[in-house]
Amino acid sequence: MALDTETFSILLDTVERFVAERLVPLEAQVAEEDQVPADVITEMKELGLFGLTIPEEYGGLGLTMTEEIEVAIKLGGTTPAFRSVFGTNIGIGSQGIVMDGTTEQKAHYLPKLATGEMISSFALTEPEAGSDAGSLKTCARLEGDHYVLNGTKRFITNSPSADIFTLMARTDPDTPGAKGISAFIVERNSPGLSVGPPDKKMGQQGAKTADVILEDCRVPAANIIGGIAGVGFKTAMKVLDRGRLHISAVSVGIAERLIKECIAYASERKQFGKAIAEFQLIQAMLADSKAESYAARTMVFDAAKKKEAGENITLEAACCKMFATEMVGKVADRAVQIFGGAGYISEYPIERLYRDVRLFRIYEGTTQIQQLVIARELLKDAE
Amino acid sequence: MKVLVAIKRVIDYNVKIRVKSDETGVETTNVKMSMNPFDEIAVEEGVRLRENGSAEELIAVSIGPKQAQETIRTALAMGADRGIHVETDDEVEPLAVAKLLKALIEKENPDLVVLGKQAIDDDSNQTGQMLAALVGWSQGTFASELEVADGKAKVTREIDGGLETIQINMPAVVTTDLRLNTPRYASLPNIMKAKKKPIDESSPADLGVDISARLATLKVTEPSSREAGVIVEDVAELVDKLKNEAKVI
Ligand SMILES: Cc1cc2nc3c(=O)[nH]c(=O)nc-3n(C[C@H](O)[C@H](O)[C@H](O)COP(=O)(O)OP(=O)(O)OC[C@H]3O[C@@H](n4cnc5c(N)ncnc54)[C@H](O)[C@@H]3O)c2cc1C
Repeated sequence: MALDTETFSILLDTVERFVAERLVPLEAQVAEEDQVPADVITEMKELGLFGLTIPEEYGGLGLTMTEEIEVAIKLGGTTPAFRSVFGTNIGIGSQGIVMDGTTEQKAHYLPKLATGEMISSFALTEPEAGSDAGSLKTCARLEGDHYVLNGTKRFITNSPSADIFTLMARTDPDTPGAKGISAFIVERNSPGLSVGPPDKKMGQQGAKTADVILEDCRVPAANIIGGIAGVGFKTAMKVLDRGRLHISAVSVGIAERLIKECIAYASERKQFGKAIAEFQLIQAMLADSKAESYAARTMVFDAAKKKEAGENITLEAACCKMFATEMVGKVADRAVQIFGGAGYISEYPIERLYRDVRLFRIYEGTTQIQQLVIARELLKDAE
Repeated sequence: MKVLVAIKRVIDYNVKIRVKSDETGVETTNVKMSMNPFDEIAVEEGVRLRENGSAEELIAVSIGPKQAQETIRTALAMGADRGIHVETDDEVEPLAVAKLLKALIEKENPDLVVLGKQAIDDDSNQTGQMLAALVGWSQGTFASELEVADGKAKVTREIDGGLETIQINMPAVVTTDLRLNTPRYASLPNIMKAKKKPIDESSPADLGVDISARLATLKVTEPSSREAGVIVEDVAELVDKLKNEAKVI
């Protein structure tokens, strides 16, 4: 249920302050050490950030899509590595259980995910199955009341610290494609599960991804999400629809942060005897960035409203993900340009954010995949 | 022990203040407002007393427009038990606030009243002292440490050139300085629960207090901008400039 305006405004103010006062000052340190400090993670837990989207009856805040978007935009005010700490718990790691889990699964896992006592990850991608996730090879063979899983999952966010994985595997080897796939809740301490060393990445230092390796990993049959085999790909796609709006909102937040940095820098920096903000060529970059980020902001709220009204937003979510993540890429590129040499030097946050946002166009479906989704939905409507 | 904290809704400390063009005051339309930072410290101190068992009840009072309720909600989310809102759209001067708080003290009988040493909007630094005088209680101002035991309060005060520790009898008025504590962020679940905590509503008239202004604001202006300095060649030039340009020697 939506919160009253007063309560939500206090909540949003609190998140904004936490971001500005607590997280922003630590950005450079986190990038340098490739680690979010443990005391900040504790504070995030105390603040309730791990439970933003988990229903109230399971100890979360149960934010509506619109509220989640507002919060995600605020979280975009700082390096996305911070959001990543709890990002999987409020998004792709937990939503499969929230949407399709059995009552027992919800009661068992969601309260612990909401407090951050348990960390969750989402494991779909494999070395040979990225954009074509439906072709995944990890197999799950039924033996008595357990499934035995074999395969490798790649680039799995938060896997080094995860306690549970929402993991997609093929339960029906004779059915190729999406229909043979089931979604499992796999616990970290399951026999046969191991996590590789963290990947070295272009940006978002502090956020960790790694391989998850399954070698005769035994998982109780009762851990299939919703208790039904063969619908796991559907669960994964629903989770990603919601995730796409969240990533879009974070992109808007970071774009707004970048624009703020640009305005401050351009007003201070003087060349040819005046502030560079007075040059119309600089103004054009500021204007383009603002108009595009405003467009993305408006799109995300529109899609969120439609989702809350119960509409299918597969098309809108793909439009938002494509537009907002490409938009923040352009805004970051212009920011480097406005900062000039300082935009390329690590003393300023711009080059770091430029690298950080590059990921948004790739994960949770590349821009090309969003284009395919949009076109597929459009052509379907035309029939 | 019952603790009462007074909190004011002011322009957020991050906002760049702009003077109205007619010089009657500062621009407040569409400006972000939040709890006076010194009052936040007062609430935090109250919540700590509540958590360590020294206080049984913590009441947050705010005097101001309808939106001051949001400020009270923030205090409730931080851990206050209930709120009192004295609603008025008029500008209330320190003496009027002190009188309103006195009226509330007579109703509520707290053992300790904690307030910010000043509000960052008008920087008066008067309300706590006036209140202590009106109710005839001891006062410990500019507190950077507070210990309460056996009907006494030990207050470490920030004074020019050092710290002074005093012991005062309760009931007492304490005003907070910046180093007293670091206020917590209200947790998001507590923000949601704060909605269920009660806020009593009243008005200056209900409390029988005349809040009419005793001060008249003649003019509000921007501080004059500082001119750039100059670097002098030698002592002789410096002395010459001090004598003939600045005319200070
Ligand atoms: C930091 C990071 C974190 C990640 N976190 C997770 C996670 O938590 N869980 C998870 O499951 N996955 C995660 N991923 C994986 C991510 O979702 C995939 O990398 C992404 O879906 C792309 O797959 P791929 O890397 O195999 O690229 P590919 O699919 O090989 O794509 C390569 C290129 O080909 C294009 N392409 C592919 N197919 C088509 C087509 N049909 N038409 C046109 N162009 C096409 C793509 O757009 C891309 O440009 C993460 C990745 C990274 C880098």
